[in-house]
Amino acid sequence: MMAFLRLLARNRLAAFGGIVLLLLLLLALITPWLPLLDPDVTDPANRLQTPFSAGHPLGTDALGRDILSRLLWGTRVSLAVGIAASLVAALVGSLIGIVAGYFGGRTDNLLMRGIDMLMAFPYILLALAIVAVLGPGLMNALYAIAIVNIPFFARNIRGVTVGIAHREFIDAARLSGKGNLRILSSEILPNVLPIIVVTLSTTVGWMILETAGLSFLGLGAQPPQADLGSMLGEGRRMMINAPHVAMLPGLAIFILVMSINLLGDGVRDALDPRLKSGALSRPAPITRIRRGAAPPGDGRQGRADGLLAVDDLRTDFEVGRTTYHAVNGVSFAIGANECLGLVGESGSGKSVTALSLMGLVASPPGVITGGRVWLGGRDLLALPPRGIRRLRGREVAYVFQDPLSTLHPLIRVGDQLVEAIRQHQPLSRPAARELAVSLLDRVRIPNAQRRADQYPHELSGGMRQRVGIAMALANDPELIIADEPTTALDVTVQAQILALIQRLRTEKGTSVLFITHDFGVVSQICDRVAVMYAGRIVEIGPTAEILETPRHPYTRRLIDCVPRLGEPDNEPEAIPGLPPAADALPRGCAFADRCDLVEPACRQGEIELIATDAERRVRCIKPLGIPTAASQGESR
Amino acid sequence: MTAPLLEIRGLTRTFGGGRRWFGPQRPGVQAVQGIDLDVLRGETLGIVGESGCGKSTLARLLVGLDAPTAGSIRYAGEDLQALRRRDRHALSRRIQYVFQDPLSSLNPRRRIRDILAAPLRHLRGMRGQGLERRLGELLEVVNLRPEFIDRYPHEFSGGQAQRIGIARALAAEPELLVLDEPVSALDVSVQAQVLKLLRRLKAEFDLTYLFISHDLSVVETISDRIAVMYFGRVIEQAPARALFRTPAHPYTRLLLGSAPVPGGPAIQAESGDAELPDPLAPPPGCAFAPRCPRARAHCRGAPPPLDPLSGRERHAAACYYPVEGAWQRQAPPPP
Repeated sequence: MMAFLRLLARNRLAAFGGIVLLLLLLLALITPWLPLLDPDVTDPANRLQTPFSAGHPLGTDALGRDILSRLLWGTRVSLAVGIAASLVAALVGSLIGIVAGYFGGRTDNLLMRGIDMLMAFPYILLALAIVAVLGPGLMNALYAIAIVNIPFFARNIRGVTVGIAHREFIDAARLSGKGNLRILSSEILPNVLPIIVVTLSTTVGWMILETAGLSFLGLGAQPPQADLGSMLGEGRRMMINAPHVAMLPGLAIFILVMSINLLGDGVRDALDPRLKSGALSRPAPITRIRRGAAPPGDGRQGRADGLLAVDDLRTDFEVGRTTYHAVNGVSFAIGANECLGLVGESGSGKSVTALSLMGLVASPPGVITGGRVWLGGRDLLALPPRGIRRLRGREVAYVFQDPLSTLHPLIRVGDQLVEAIRQHQPLSRPAARELAVSLLDRVRIPNAQRRADQYPHELSGGMRQRVGIAMALANDPELIIADEPTTALDVTVQAQILALIQRLRTEKGTSVLFITHDFGVVSQICDRVAVMYAGRIVEIGPTAEILETPRHPYTRRLIDCVPRLGEPDNEPEAIPGLPPAADALPRGCAFADRCDLVEPACRQGEIELIATDAERRVRCIKPLGIPTAASQGESR
Repeated sequence: MTAPLLEIRGLTRTFGGGRRWFGPQRPGVQAVQGIDLDVLRGETLGIVGESGCGKSTLARLLVGLDAPTAGSIRYAGEDLQALRRRDRHALSRRIQYVFQDPLSSLNPRRRIRDILAAPLRHLRGMRGQGLERRLGELLEVVNLRPEFIDRYPHEFSGGQAQRIGIARALAAEPELLVLDEPVSALDVSVQAQVLKLLRRLKAEFDLTYLFISHDLSVVETISDRIAVMYFGRVIEQAPARALFRTPAHPYTRLLLGSAPVPGGPAIQAESGDAELPDPLAPPPGCAFAPRCPRARAHCRGAPPPLDPLSGRERHAAACYYPVEGAWQRQAPPPP
């Protein structure tokens, strides 16, 4: 609740609207106690006084009634009717929406077709018809407005409820012995309540306007009672000779509705989960880079280390006042035609590392705060956005975990490939299409010509991932970054995709950065492997050696906690505890709290990545299997 | 031998199909096709299969979240559907379910207290002091700190949330737990913790497990017996050790050969299409025949029944030409 208010206050317009509305509400509440003239007492002698005349600060109307008094009393009535109508519509509409969305099937059909019928009439016509049947009057106008707005709530809430009714926690509640009524009231309602409030806050203003409209037509408030709409209607007749009579209620309506709408938008932005997740803030085309003054190293190092060299890369996420250190000084290099595995658990920073290389981390909240990424002698992080965009997909291509969410659902896969090709190559459409089909063929998609005309949902998961790989190959990249490309696939399909990547490496000489959490996959495909923990590489070296003799205690325990096929007696050993939070990393070794070999020195100061064997480095002061302590080997 | 706790006979579930108001009869999708399965009291039966094999549908049928189109499930000799009709809660007191995704199976707007109290209140009729005491016990049983009780689900890590899910299932004091991929969404280091907890709980509360997973190595470590499913049918069933030592169905062999082992030999990849048959137009014979290197004309005629294999105890396979001999990882085929 406090977080919600703070969010609301940060939105200046909403705060302004809220303050104005609060003042108006206050004014409306204390109206009976204000020293005002009676709003309904006529005084024909003093008719049509202009504002600032004696005794009538805002003048009088055609019957000599005090406009200030009528305005305040009228605002009171308009507010009350508008809010009451909104509440009635919200109550009835949400009830219909929840019931229809939860039960589905015939109930849903019946209720929603009824709502559709209600919506088929133009709303003002429907309101007029309802008032015509019930007779003019403020209460009847209220009913009319409420009925007219029921579909709005019903449809909105039904949509949200349908999404929730199929979630697993509803099944879980049913298995806990809850009946339908209990599930509706205690499981679904709390989840749709924010949406009801959002809808309510954005419709109240509209409802006040509609009530004013009916009153303006003479169907709402009946004389002598004042409400803003009827005042406007009465003033209309003397628009020329006494404009203030119509203008003042008009102004009041404007201020009232505007303040409500501003506040309503603010409430929506603060409450709507879709907007909260940052959908409103469009990420920049390239991650924000804020490196300190002149990071060390020069261009030569990149060339010496092969294709890609990453040097002390640091990426943070800045959310509010908290800074999450996702990547804390990662350095590695990939040679030509090499496959480097990046292994770690969720939250270890392996995906953020991969995305940082081409500036693909969403900004805000992501910021690259240090390091260099050398590709062919250039520092990618020093390139202008345009320059890095030219390299994306051409020299470095990505393959993501879930091809269903990375492929566009409404475009045929062939056309998506053509788009990827023509982004970087000056080919005609037919030529690009031919290349696209040959790419599909190369990733072993049977009947490529026909498959190119299909949409992503028509393909199986394995086929989609092949399309993802074909797209990565479209412009013959030097490096493919594959982020858990087989995690969502079945083992038999995974075997095929791994074989495909392996074959492409031998045929094309492409290098691969392969991100995964599965040591089994690593040992199938990677030449070298880097193990990440809490945003750092804790061990890096040739795959076979690391699997055989892990030097870092974390690597060893990570390998040991996976059950191995064919060894059922070998009970996997769990790692106690949890990784440290990324906004509160400990001093020294981040694994110290979970390590059974920890000693005081582990928690004192930075631990460097030291070389233990010819091609291996480990971030530990007591590497496993190394008799003497950290003194040997150059530190880096 | 005692009677099995759960007897499943000819269980079938068809989705869709039927007639519209106008138009011809439409075919339905048979997610589960005539499954026969016994679960003995106190054992862990592992169910292995890839996506689309019907293992989750089977799980939902067992706990009563779905009703079978044909066939029967008997629990301790009593028909499950009859039991459900008599008392809505009777089934949930005997069989409980642990979901795959721990976070989406917990209502984000309810405190852990409310989530755990629901089965106690509605299934066991607990109130007041007794309920409070039981809540404390439940948290202790799954190794969670007592102060967690007033927190919301989003404050927990995946492993902790899954332990809450397990505690909720245990709250009903069931005899049988259906675990649907309970560790698949978890990190490997947490997986081992949860598996260990499940093993301890089974011994402590004399539970029977039906453990569903796509991960062969996880199923192997926890199961006494294993049933392998493919395209809605059980295609092989055997004690865990026997299944991994001498798998008889070519599909089981393919599964075993596809799973990468750290430091192990290279895995095999099928050269052809690894697609499942079209569920709307299933093949008349063995569903695996199009992918099977051993398939002959006979296999495409009628689906092979799940028959006991001669000379192998409690080992059955639905294959006309089961593979003989011990299984070994093969060397990679020559390029």
